[in-house]
Formats: sequence, C-alpha cells, structure tokens
Amino acid sequence: MADSEFVYVTYIRTTPEKLWRALTEPEFTRKFWVETVQECEWKAGSTWKLKVPDGRIADSGEVLEIDPPRKLVLSWQNHLFPEVTAEGFSRLTYSLEQMGSTVKLTVTHSMERKDSELVKKVSNGWPHILASLKSLLETGQQLEGTDHWPEGI
Amino acid sequence: MGADVDKVFKALAAPERRLLLDRLRASNGQTLSELCMHLDMTRQAVTKHLKLLEEAALVATIRRGREKLHYLNPMPIHEIAERWIGKYERGRLRVLAELKSKLEEDTDG
Repeated sequence: MADSEFVYVTYIRTTPEKLWRALTEPEFTRKFWVETVQECEWKAGSTWKLKVPDGRIADSGEVLEIDPPRKLVLSWQNHLFPEVTAEGFSRLTYSLEQMGSTVKLTVTHSMERKDSELVKKVSNGWPHILASLKSLLETGQQLEGTDHWPEGI
Repeated sequence: MGADVDKVFKALAAPERRLLLDRLRASNGQTLSELCMHLDMTRQAVTKHLKLLEEAALVATIRRGREKLHYLNPMPIHEIAERWIGKYERGRLRVLAELKSKLEEDTDG
C-alpha cells in the first residue's frame, strides 16, 4: 500500500456522465475547482496539466488509466512548491459508481512516501473542492471560496 | 442513499466509534486486524462499529488484493461544518481553538 494516502467519498445526485464532464471540462472546473482548467486529450498516455488563471501550470502528469464515465487515474506532480515538486509523482484516482439516483464518487490521492507534503497539502483542499462539486451539480451553485484562485499562491 | 445526516450523527454518538475514527486519523488505511490491536473491543464489536461508520460514509474502504483497508472519510463532517459555519467565522474559530488548546496545555503542564 501507499505510504501517504487519502480517500474521499461523496454521494452526488447526478449521473456518471454528467459527473465525468464536471471533473474534466473547463466550464465546470472553473466554477468549483478554484478557477483552474485542465489541458488533456483524455486518452491513456496523454499528458495532463492543471492550469491556474494566470497561466502557470500548478500540477502535471499523465493519464495512466481512463474508462469514461467510470474510472480515471492520473499521475500528478506539483510545480508551485519546490519542496513538493522534489517529491515526484503522486497518483490520483477517481472512481464513479451509480447507486440508485446518486453517484458514489471516490477520490484517492496517494504517494509512495511517508508523510508526503504533497498529499498533506492536497488533503487540505480536496474536501472543500469536492463538496463544492456536489453543490454545483445538485443545486447549480458552487460553495464560497471555490470560485476563485486563492490570492498569493 | 448516501451519507444522510441522521446516520452521521448516530454513528458519531458512540465513544467506541469516535475512537476508531481517531485511530484512522492517526494512521489512515488500516486493516481490521490492525484496528483491533490495542483496543479493548472484540473483533466482532469492531466489525459492527465499522459497518455503521461505513454506512454513514465516515469510513471509506478500499480493497487491495486480499486486504480491506479502512480510511477516515472527512466529507460528511465537512458538509456538516459547511452547513453551520460561515466562511468568515472559520479563521476566528481556528484562533480560538488554538488559544483554548494552548491554555489547557499550560494548565496540564
């Protein structure tokens, strides 16, 4: 097992197709994921980039596994903090399961390293981003603080 | 279906289950056997508590080969906080919590 790992599970009243679009398409991610957009062809092996509003690449990696609208696995390296960049690649997995009228979204972020600073940093952000994603899909409204990139980062 | 809020509060209303969440917070991704170590509870009792925690989505499980690993899922508690705590109160609450913990530490010492 990975040495640093977080798992987040949330149930969203939506369809797997819609949730998949929300996780990958810029018009959705801008709203709930602090104004970031992803650049990717969404094929196995394609490069993946997470861009912040001023054009910097916050994180990047590769699509390791893709099975829309069920599973997406990305390698993920941070570029905003030198000490975190030095840790190398982490692994992010989204899995989407239809359960009645809701979709169970499981997000795991892991790294083969004890006390990973990257996993610690993202663990502060994921719960709020995912709660905002849920709110956006269920009510059309994202949560406060997720619709703009935080100042000073 | 899903993490309904009654299930979350019921699951949290037992010290044994809160202790299990504390153990996962200290070390995430444990098997049932690992969780049973150093606990005054039978394996059956731990299994029963974990089931309730999982039904409330406070614990998420992932299968790795033959092992089932348990993780603390912060989402339900985050949603509760989001419902009653405003964005601008959060910073002040953190300062107060730090003050309380500092003062209590001094008293204990």
